[in-house]
Amino acid sequence: MKAVEIAKKVASGELTARSVVEQHLENIKNLETEVNAFNIVTTEKALEDADQIDARIASGETLGPLAGVPIAVKDNLCTRGLETTCSSKILEGWKPPYNATVIDKLKRADAILIGKTNCDEFAMGSSTENSAFGPTRNPHNLELVPGGSSGGSAAAVAAGFSPLALGSDTGGSIRQPAALCGVVGVKPTYGRVSRYGLVAFASSLDQIGPFAKTVSDAALTLEIISGYDPRDSTSISENSPEITKVLDEGIEGMRIGVIEELSGKGLDGISEDVLLRVEEATKVFSKAGAIVEPASVPASIYGLSAYYVIAPAEASSNLARYDGIRFGPRTEAATTAETMTATRTKGFGDEVKRRIMLGTYALSAGYYDAYYGKSQKVRTLIMNDFAKAYEKFDILISPTAPTTAFPLGEKTTDPMQMYLQDVCTIPSNLAGHPAMSVPFGLGKDGMPIGVQILAPALAEQNMFRAARVLELGNGEISE
Amino acid sequence: MNDSPLNGWEMVIGLEVHAELATKTKMFSSALNSFGGAPNSNTDPVSLGLPGSLPVLNEKAVELAIRVGLALNCQVQNSVFARKNYFYPDMPKAYQISQFDLPINKDGWLELPDGRRIGIERAHLEEDTGKITHIGGGGRIHEASYSLIDYNRSGVPLIEIVGAPDLRSSEDAKEYVSELRSILVTIGASDGKMEEGSLRVDCNVSVRREGIEEFGTRCEIKNINSLRSLGRAIEYEARRQVDLIESGQEVEQQTRHWDEAEGRTHKLRSKEEAFDYRYFPEPDLVPVDPSSEWVQEISDSLPPLPRDRRHELAKATGVDPTEASLVVQRNLDGFALKTISLQADPSRVLVHIENNLAEGIGELTPEAFASLTMMEINGELTATQAKTVLADLVEAGGNPHEIAANHGFESMDNSELEEIVGQIIAENSDDWDAFINGDETEKKKKSGFFVGLVMKETKGQADGKIVNQILTAKAES
Amino acid sequence: MVQRISREEVAHVARLAQLSLSEEELDSFTSQLGAVLDHAADLEALNVDDVEPSSHPIPLKNVLRPDEPIENFDIEEVFEVAPEIEENQFRVPPILGESQ
Ligand SMILES: [Mg+2]
Ligand SMILES: [Zn+2]
Repeated sequence: MKAVEIAKKVASGELTARSVVEQHLENIKNLETEVNAFNIVTTEKALEDADQIDARIASGETLGPLAGVPIAVKDNLCTRGLETTCSSKILEGWKPPYNATVIDKLKRADAILIGKTNCDEFAMGSSTENSAFGPTRNPHNLELVPGGSSGGSAAAVAAGFSPLALGSDTGGSIRQPAALCGVVGVKPTYGRVSRYGLVAFASSLDQIGPFAKTVSDAALTLEIISGYDPRDSTSISENSPEITKVLDEGIEGMRIGVIEELSGKGLDGISEDVLLRVEEATKVFSKAGAIVEPASVPASIYGLSAYYVIAPAEASSNLARYDGIRFGPRTEAATTAETMTATRTKGFGDEVKRRIMLGTYALSAGYYDAYYGKSQKVRTLIMNDFAKAYEKFDILISPTAPTTAFPLGEKTTDPMQMYLQDVCTIPSNLAGHPAMSVPFGLGKDGMPIGVQILAPALAEQNMFRAARVLELGNGEISE
Repeated sequence: MNDSPLNGWEMVIGLEVHAELATKTKMFSSALNSFGGAPNSNTDPVSLGLPGSLPVLNEKAVELAIRVGLALNCQVQNSVFARKNYFYPDMPKAYQISQFDLPINKDGWLELPDGRRIGIERAHLEEDTGKITHIGGGGRIHEASYSLIDYNRSGVPLIEIVGAPDLRSSEDAKEYVSELRSILVTIGASDGKMEEGSLRVDCNVSVRREGIEEFGTRCEIKNINSLRSLGRAIEYEARRQVDLIESGQEVEQQTRHWDEAEGRTHKLRSKEEAFDYRYFPEPDLVPVDPSSEWVQEISDSLPPLPRDRRHELAKATGVDPTEASLVVQRNLDGFALKTISLQADPSRVLVHIENNLAEGIGELTPEAFASLTMMEINGELTATQAKTVLADLVEAGGNPHEIAANHGFESMDNSELEEIVGQIIAENSDDWDAFINGDETEKKKKSGFFVGLVMKETKGQADGKIVNQILTAKAES
Repeated sequence: MVQRISREEVAHVARLAQLSLSEEELDSFTSQLGAVLDHAADLEALNVDDVEPSSHPIPLKNVLRPDEPIENFDIEEVFEVAPEIEENQFRVPPILGESQ
């Protein structure tokens, strides 16, 4: 059932929050052993919260817009008193003394936290195989990955464990797993959603966003978690976007550009299946009255290279605090310095170490200008090229991921192959623009494919209107 | 080591001063900025560097930084925070948020009391670290069996003031720090307490042969906790460098540690071992670009600075600014001016402030102080008596006339004194003849003789000056 | 092909990052980091001399907080899950070397 329907029925007394939670716990019980979407399922607390909601409704109180709706959140969001690990051994057992702003906002909307989802360690990866607690599997085919890094959140929604989930997206970590699991995934405009309490990977790129089965559920969740937060200096002061109101306004006359560089012409490795779906999407848009034309964002092909300098550079610094002094497990050695080294060496997995080292190198004396400095300039080029494209177009589209879900283990030994999964999603992170993935048809392998819709900063309304049109069109092609 | 003066050599000194800013809360979070308290009681997720925490800049810290910049005649500019990355347990995030390429203040100067201007290269904002206590081994780092960390100081706002290498002696350096401290306190930016660590000085020292323009290789000295140590450390370090060069060796660029007990500097690390800090713009913060209106507003709110006050006091008293500087440093120039405006003698006022009011004015009022100096000038009190009365006024206030009376300092009225002098002259007529007819030397000798007798007779209550006046008048009549 | 990063450089970077690598890890990291840097080499051809760097996606400035304390934090929650606490302080093994 859709989140909006659950909330409506719970509020009207047609359904109890307890029954909703029990139903989802039942789904988890049946499939979680195979999928491994969660690091923790908060069974007891979720049932308690549900009972409280039912009691408040019985007493005539008006509840928030997500009354009784279960939500799963990625395990890199701080939850007070509840283990928050980022799927890393280095944070095993750590209980934050505070909630992330988004957690407080969900609480105020009367949503019910059902669990913390698995992910690639510190959100670094595209398959959720880099988790210290074992990989998550794709609910559509357990031999395949769910994508990543927010693979647990995408799989939880796809498997019916939770109607909603939150993830974080630094280079595609919401959109790519959404595409691979056949759900809607949104990366909002940078600064739309407070990062306070999101364990940082790359601060200038990270954004929290929703997963849902439907575009309208995603829209509602985004409205709830958005808004200015004085605890995040990079939070933007604009009010939450009113998306649900405009969802069904259609796209008559909207100018839609298909990014040539990300749709086969500039990049290798994008599969025929995926390109075909993007082409079909253009037909759906045209039919709905949009003007669809090829668009060019020339510098976007440099996004991947710039990203794999900038993100590791920031990560190398953000992850320096994991030293075993103030929190997390410590590997004790003779001196403090040796203790720090031992703790970090034992606590971090290989991919995290690779990125820390890559970033440390890119910032170190003698290499800063060639790598970090240059990448920040390329970032400017990408922003400029997007700005030019948006003079002509209201929104842009491209594939979300180059392929459908791939087998576990296929890319784990070749990091560069894994990194290429993010080639279409990264440019929006570098530019700070919103982008989302909408399920649109299946590949020859029967696995879901996502189409990416990109919009200028703060233009979430247009992005969601197009997403809604695509969602309706998807119903036509897959049924 | 050779103790002789550095003949033929010149010291080149530049100081980096860190001052804690007097805010209520920390630089990047709402935890309290306060000295003392239970360990780790003034902390929060930001000052402990907990995962997911984010910094938000304290407006007051920026305002105080701008005040410092303006008081040091700097250009206030668009500034950007950067991360300085290195591992150390007192640094919770393993990076310090500081300013690098674009500091909030640059290119200013500070005027020493003698009028020389010392360049200020920059004055930037950054955060303080936590405090480590070493347990065992006498509290020394290398012998300790373990250490404890208190993050109460972590995230306290600091301004780092980087002076140009314009100082030429340890005296210069001490004057520079005194003047800087006086400015910081005057504008309310910092309490400036070196002994409590809210003002910390790092010192760059090099030497060059007199007449040579080029700078020598410098060493940076850390761990200087007082003005006295600053002077000693500079003298030691300059001597060490001259001895090295004169013995045919080279000075290596190093960071050195001042050991107060041993009275010497130790090598900490050389340039080659310097850290690779990997500075980059802090992505969790945005640039601070103070509007010209805000800067103007802050500028308008600045109180008169020590330099202006020195000049004002010098003008009112007729002394030169160097002499007025101690009074300003003691923050007693306003008090001095008020006292002088009540017809007090300016030079007596300055002399008392410099010599007798080092511990502050206590209960002393300008009115009482003015009366006191008038009593001195009129001969009602001797200098020694005035000092005693002043001490009482500082202690408990009151009326100087009454205090003097209570001490029995009531000076005799002149007719009474004249009578006594006349009597003594009559009893010592030979000496009186010698006084009248003798040469200068003899006259002096005899006046001393008569004053001594008068004092003896009056038990010290007569004013020697007045006795002399009476003797002269009698001799001429 | 030019080697983008040497084994020694990888070892140096690991030291800077407080990580210790085995001999085998040094080898595999050297080649893996090299591959990523090779990919980044496509940036070399770009002339960006006149381009300003961007460290933020959204141009914000002057985000300031009033100097007011907020009491909503309990240090005990931190102590409870900390590695080692003694007398309300974080205890660490001996420290060799000096702070900044
Ligand atoms: Mg699990
Ligand atoms: Zn500093």
